[in-house]
Amino acid sequence: MSPWRRLLRRPTSVASLAFLAVVVVVAVGATVLGVVDPTAQDLHAVNQTPGGAHLLGTDGFGRDLLARLLMGVRVSLTIAFFAGLLDLTVGIAYGLVSGLAGPSVDAAMQRVLEVLAGIPTLVVLVLMLLVLPPGMVSIVLAMALTGWIPMARLVRAQAFRVKEREFMLAARVLGAGRVRLALRHVLPNSLGLVVVQTMFTIPTAIFFEAFLSFIGLGLRPPVASLGTLLSTGFQTMTFLPHQLLVPAIALSAVMIAFNLLADGLRDAFDPRGVTRR
Amino acid sequence: MTLARYTLRRLASMLVTLWIIVTLTFFLLRFLPGSPWANPMDLSPEQVAILNEHAGLGRPLIEQYGLYLRGLLTGDLGVSFQFRDQPVTALLAGRIGPSLQLGLQAIVVGALAGTVLGVVAAVRSNTWLDSGSTVTAVLGRSVPSFVAAALLQYVLAVRLGWFPIAGWSFFAHTVLPTIALALAPMADAARFVRTEMVEVLASDYADLARAGGLGPWQVAWKHGLRNSVIPMLTLLGPMAVALLTGSLVVENIFGVPGIGEQLVRSILVNDYPTVMAVTILYSALLLVVVFVVDVLYSVVDPRVRLGGGRR
Repeated sequence: MSPWRRLLRRPTSVASLAFLAVVVVVAVGATVLGVVDPTAQDLHAVNQTPGGAHLLGTDGFGRDLLARLLMGVRVSLTIAFFAGLLDLTVGIAYGLVSGLAGPSVDAAMQRVLEVLAGIPTLVVLVLMLLVLPPGMVSIVLAMALTGWIPMARLVRAQAFRVKEREFMLAARVLGAGRVRLALRHVLPNSLGLVVVQTMFTIPTAIFFEAFLSFIGLGLRPPVASLGTLLSTGFQTMTFLPHQLLVPAIALSAVMIAFNLLADGLRDAFDPRGVTRR
Repeated sequence: MTLARYTLRRLASMLVTLWIIVTLTFFLLRFLPGSPWANPMDLSPEQVAILNEHAGLGRPLIEQYGLYLRGLLTGDLGVSFQFRDQPVTALLAGRIGPSLQLGLQAIVVGALAGTVLGVVAAVRSNTWLDSGSTVTAVLGRSVPSFVAAALLQYVLAVRLGWFPIAGWSFFAHTVLPTIALALAPMADAARFVRTEMVEVLASDYADLARAGGLGPWQVAWKHGLRNSVIPMLTLLGPMAVALLTGSLVVENIFGVPGIGEQLVRSILVNDYPTVMAVTILYSALLLVVVFVVDVLYSVVDPRVRLGGGRR
């Protein structure tokens, strides 16, 4: 059975996939097309509770919470997308080179990796965001700085596994160079694992954006992101709990969906548990 | 690889990592805009020069770096910019207690609850108990600790008044932050124990034990737990990382006078020596945890250091 079929046989995966598809389409569509305006202020309707003209209420500046939530989801997903993309490219490149370039290069690259992997993500993020100007690009770059390491390990391990197979020998006999071997043979054979790994980096990125914005290192309030919404919501929690609950539920729902989908993908692509710890 | 060689190699790589972190931290923070005495005080250039001289900011960078390294080795982390002339070491020493207590409580509660959930899910696999435990685990893994902390605070403290909202005087103050931090370790442990346990319960010796008349729970207790708790050691590293990260915000939310709360404050006021000290402290702590776990694990399961095997 193909991995995709296996994935679609699992109800939680299908539900998560459908949910995320709807979220992405609605959040991106509504904000890009201007159906909702996350910056418009209605000064006669400040701090409204949900219901009425503003479905999820308004914030302290009279901005529509639903509009801000959709914008926030879009911002968080954008960050997660680019963080995932960077991890993917750097990690695959490093893993392929390390796995195929020969023992001495590999040993050196692995020592570097070992040392870098010891640096806690939290420390990297705090330091980088203190230095870089606040904004989405900084967050993505800071996250990518050590984020690619698990991907590199995975691809290298897969390269070692594939290296010994007959088709690799055949390709080499037919004169395929290292680059061709890497891109035409090792990479396609790692694709499933790469997809699974990427699916795990996305919720991590969403978490870190929210986390950093909450402690004042990520995005700053006029920008709507799940993190800034949470942090403003937290300040007014006692009197206006919905301003916290709305982004909290949205963030949790998106995280749950991504985690369930990632689990489903892993079981589908990797029944033998290579990516499992 | 012998145990001694393996340990030495891991130790060396740990020290190199730590040195890189220290160096990076030092130089990165020197490039930061702003100075501890920029905005609030109207100081003459002469006064700024004197303050800079006093804090050692006037010397060449490389000399400052050397002094910092030397200070680190003797436990001298410099002087906080934020609190008049208080040594960072003293500032942090008073804050380690609450953070450590919270971390330990969370890891113990999380690991125990997770193990119970995992065992129940494995023994009663594919029943509603299994699904319930899986749902709990997914929630624990997906809902960030600080979101859980905010929600717990709102519902159980603000609304219902069962627990104090914030502070750090009685045991009751520790309950909500502990729960918030324990969710992720619990989820990890539950998942891990369930997977290991299902494997053990399907093994031949579990069949033999059952044939000998043991019930499913007895098999799980006698054979399953022993075989699944030791590999759980490997979870300690990631758990410690998650706890430290979470503690930053959770301590803030519940007003716990710990290290994480101090870091967030220091970040906001450009207190470089304190930020540096905390990042180095965190890194050292995590590196030591990972190092100890790796070495212990290689004692329990020598395949790790012989190359191959699980990791």
